[in-house]
Amino acid sequence: MNQTTQIRRSARAGTTEPVWVRVLLITMALAFIFLFLLLPLAAVFTEALRQGLGAYWNALQEPDAWSAIRLTLITAAVAVPLNLVFGVAAAWCVAKFEFRGKALLITLIDLPFSVSPVVAGLIYVLVFGAQGWLGPWLQAHDIKIVFAVPGIILATVFVTFPFIARELIPLMQSQGTDEEQAAIVLGASGWQTFWHVTLPNIKWGLIYGVILCNARAMGEFGAVSVVSGHIRGQTNTMPLHVEILYNEYQSVAAFAVASLLALLALVTLLIKSVVEWRFEREENAAAQLPPEKPLYSGTTP
Amino acid sequence: MTLTVTAAAPSSPTPPTPGRVRNPRRVLPGFNLALGYTVLYLSLIVLLPMSALVLKTFTLTWEQFVHAVSSPRVVASYQLTFGAAFVASAVNAVFGLLVAWVLVRYRFPGKKLIDALVDLPFALPTAVAGISLTALLADNGWVGTLLAPHGIHLAFNRNGVVIALIFIGLPFVVRTVQPVLEDTERELEEAASSLGATRWQTFRYVIFPAIAPALLTGFSMAFARALGEYGSVIFIAGNMPMVSEITPLIIIGKLEQYDYAGATAVAVMLLIFSFVLLLFINALQAWQRRRSGAR
Repeated sequence: MNQTTQIRRSARAGTTEPVWVRVLLITMALAFIFLFLLLPLAAVFTEALRQGLGAYWNALQEPDAWSAIRLTLITAAVAVPLNLVFGVAAAWCVAKFEFRGKALLITLIDLPFSVSPVVAGLIYVLVFGAQGWLGPWLQAHDIKIVFAVPGIILATVFVTFPFIARELIPLMQSQGTDEEQAAIVLGASGWQTFWHVTLPNIKWGLIYGVILCNARAMGEFGAVSVVSGHIRGQTNTMPLHVEILYNEYQSVAAFAVASLLALLALVTLLIKSVVEWRFEREENAAAQLPPEKPLYSGTTP
Repeated sequence: MTLTVTAAAPSSPTPPTPGRVRNPRRVLPGFNLALGYTVLYLSLIVLLPMSALVLKTFTLTWEQFVHAVSSPRVVASYQLTFGAAFVASAVNAVFGLLVAWVLVRYRFPGKKLIDALVDLPFALPTAVAGISLTALLADNGWVGTLLAPHGIHLAFNRNGVVIALIFIGLPFVVRTVQPVLEDTERELEEAASSLGATRWQTFRYVIFPAIAPALLTGFSMAFARALGEYGSVIFIAGNMPMVSEITPLIIIGKLEQYDYAGATAVAVMLLIFSFVLLLFINALQAWQRRRSGAR
């Protein structure tokens, strides 16, 4: 008895570090997180409340701030569903079928991630701007895309393009096609199969992708900055409004709008963590099911 | 999406007719629709606009292109962008590994909170990160007041660029190393220790080789992101030409002077750098898969 505990203890000593090393490493990691993540986050809120709650509320009730909030919401409300439909379609054909050029397609879907946001904005200026491909035609028909809301939405769609597809593709690939095939063979229509078999299986991945996509869509700065034209009250999203206020030395107002975006980030992290924990729990529950009742709702364990 | 039911005919045993290769797994409907929509949307949003960039470059003569991408101010911006991105990613490789290690191996209060917080740079808009870091590090900020008396200034110079890029890149390293560290086999470490290895030797010769590909991937992803980063940097950099002006800002500056061709030329250079990195990352990930598959 005494011998086994001793053996166990020495075995554990071989795969972990002395206590002082552990404490030192944890302290260093926490100090780094504190300095680089927690402190900037705290600074947003303290700077916003520097002149008290009254100044904070006044800053948020500016009509320009409101129009920035509205434009940000509109942009996300258009960009996220567009990329959601695309993400599901892309994941369906990539994960459930074999075809030539699949690797290339996946690489192209990831492409917007490796393009600088500034370049992402620039390409739309080159297509739709006054000197661009479609510029003269658009001007003749009095359609404004660049330096207007449609350009902002397009640039946002570009930078958030891969988010949902990228979450869904590996998830759906790991799930295979057995369940869908069974549903089809049993007589379900394609739409029924998708709705009742595929969708429940991918729901966590879908939510995960949507909230990350949404966070980026609402917070995008570089790409939107190039195509917006910075017209106050018209083509300013929240991050652009933050920049303008900050450059005008209206620090409290800038941080007040920024604090809304920081809250959005915190809510995003919260939902993301909850989704991860739920997914993990379902995975574990599925792993413990007896093999004759494979009612899993995640990837195969 | 209207998914019509195709006849439920599972893999037909007849050999495929020559010239028309049928996919035996194609029992599920919706392939043509899904692929068609994917390719159409991809072309409209990504490929066509990107080709506009390439075509615009061809309107320049070679001399004009070289002149646009190699003027002293632009070259200084490459040096800053690459240098700062490299330093920031190296710092992130060290501390990202540390954070991932602590999160995977140790238990301490608030661990779940820290784990969730690591993704903050993904979720926090870059402009917010930029003004917040500037407020902290400016000479009258919380951190700046402590450092300014010692002659250390972290905002409005190159230090600020590095710090902003460290903030942006941290989650890339942590999130690529963390899962690999979780999957490393403890049996190997036990074997190493029972064969007489010290803990440091076990880390150096057993654990580190296993996570090295992931660490390098995380480093490259942070580096790639740092090259193109704009929002968080411009507030803290001070943006002095030749000193603390990053390449994306050069593009913006040229655009504001309506020098579309010049902006495009610099953008193409930036894109080429990113693509080379992308290929490098893909090769790294293939290496990582081979390595974990071989074990």
